Amino acid sequence: MTQGYLNFFDMLSYGFAQRALISGTFIAILCSVLGMFLVLRKLSLIGDGLAHVTFGSVAIGIFLNVYPVYVAIPITVLSGFGILKLIQKTRLYADAAIGVVSSAGVSIGILIASVAGGFNVDLFSYLFGNILSVSNEEMFLSIILSFVVIVTVILFYRQLVSITFEEELAKVSGIKIERINNILVFLISITVVLSMRVVGIMLVSSFLILPNVAALQIARSFSKAMFVSTTLSVFSVVFGIAVSFSFNLPTGATIVLINLLFFLITSFIKRTNFLK
Amino acid sequence: MSVITVNNLSVMYEKECVFSDISFSVEKGDYIALAGPNGSGKSTLIKTILSLVKPIHGSIFLFDKPLGDFKDWNKIGYVPQKLNLSQYFPATVKEVVAMGLVSKQSYFSKIKKVDLERIDYLLNLMEILQLKDKNINELSGGQLQRAIIARALVSNPELLILDEPTTALDPNTRERFFITLKDLNMSDNVTIILITHDTGGAGQYAKKLMYFDSKIVFYGTFDDFCSSESMSSYFGYNSQHIICHKH
Repeated sequence: MTQGYLNFFDMLSYGFAQRALISGTFIAILCSVLGMFLVLRKLSLIGDGLAHVTFGSVAIGIFLNVYPVYVAIPITVLSGFGILKLIQKTRLYADAAIGVVSSAGVSIGILIASVAGGFNVDLFSYLFGNILSVSNEEMFLSIILSFVVIVTVILFYRQLVSITFEEELAKVSGIKIERINNILVFLISITVVLSMRVVGIMLVSSFLILPNVAALQIARSFSKAMFVSTTLSVFSVVFGIAVSFSFNLPTGATIVLINLLFFLITSFIKRTNFLK
Repeated sequence: MSVITVNNLSVMYEKECVFSDISFSVEKGDYIALAGPNGSGKSTLIKTILSLVKPIHGSIFLFDKPLGDFKDWNKIGYVPQKLNLSQYFPATVKEVVAMGLVSKQSYFSKIKKVDLERIDYLLNLMEILQLKDKNINELSGGQLQRAIIARALVSNPELLILDEPTTALDPNTRERFFITLKDLNMSDNVTIILITHDTGGAGQYAKKLMYFDSKIVFYGTFDDFCSSESMSSYFGYNSQHIICHKH
């Protein structure tokens, strides 16, 4: 174990490990901040749905020999707006609307992978993620996006909280609901695309959901819930990378399981009134 | 000054007409009890005025401005019939009431001391001051309803619209709440529209009655209602007498 941690600190001298830690930390902040609004608005699975769309877009990118992230960003953003429109115009429940878009994304991905053939290995690396192979470009993208998200959330914090509390009341307070929803979905779509390199398409939604449901077990105010969620999320990334490197485990899955452990601990604290 | 002006308003819901060609106005200082049978379109009428439902025809003016150009939403306090709240929303009662100030605040401004004092005043008025630091998930239905009413009042609204706000209140609290509304109307000249099924009870406090059943059946003072022959024939003498007796 000690040898393992030594190896981890040795590893930090390498560029790939530094990039993994930096981009992982920023993606953790992004996902926990945005995920809070989704979880409380019963839109948790939008991350899962958009991740499935990302699968289809990555397949298109590989097929066209274009960097998959560049293809995935516009397609995922448009799909996010599509989910919103489906909810508004067809009066579908959010989970059903997400299911419609999600299944379309997966079907397209499987179809292209099957027709084209030969790039299954590339596609699998996106499905399961590999944080240790994050490029400089992806790292800078995650840093820039994190700042964009944080500034946006600070600017629209009161409106976002108000809409999350009760949409109708927020609208009568003069808040432009559609504009705020569009901004939120735009940021989430880009976050999902960037997160797939860290935890993989299969586990992206857990990044958006787990730290937030863990924080909601113990936090009594919105701002405290966000702080707890972000702290748990960042800690799970740092600790997850260390553990996975030390014990040669898949990084994305390790991070998610640590998040799950936090959720179990905070649930236990809530059930036993440990903090009261 | 007209607080609300509605001209030839028509609303459809899933291809069915809810009401059509409705026109009326509400003047500053009015206190109107809006009554009518279930499904008569009372809540839809209010939601259309508040821009929550799109009409297919007609125009609405709030404080003499067309609804599309109206920006002073802090002038309006609204308590809806049903709330679609997240069961796990992490907020204290005080924070929920403060959300009513969202249209008054600039991006980075903190809640002013005067607003904090008003929050305490309103929580005291609603008799839930002792619960101000409690999480909203721990409140009873009646306590939550009172917190939402305090939220509607926190921005010092000039128009207060309440959609059956007393359904979760016990009789004593309901009585005190109606007295509070009357005080707001009399002392602060707040215009009030109260959707209610208790027409007779509302008559003790409201100045006017609007009886709505997909159209405006009656709109005027309670005295006019009570002396109206046409209302006797519409409701039957006994029903009119019950409302007027309570009034």
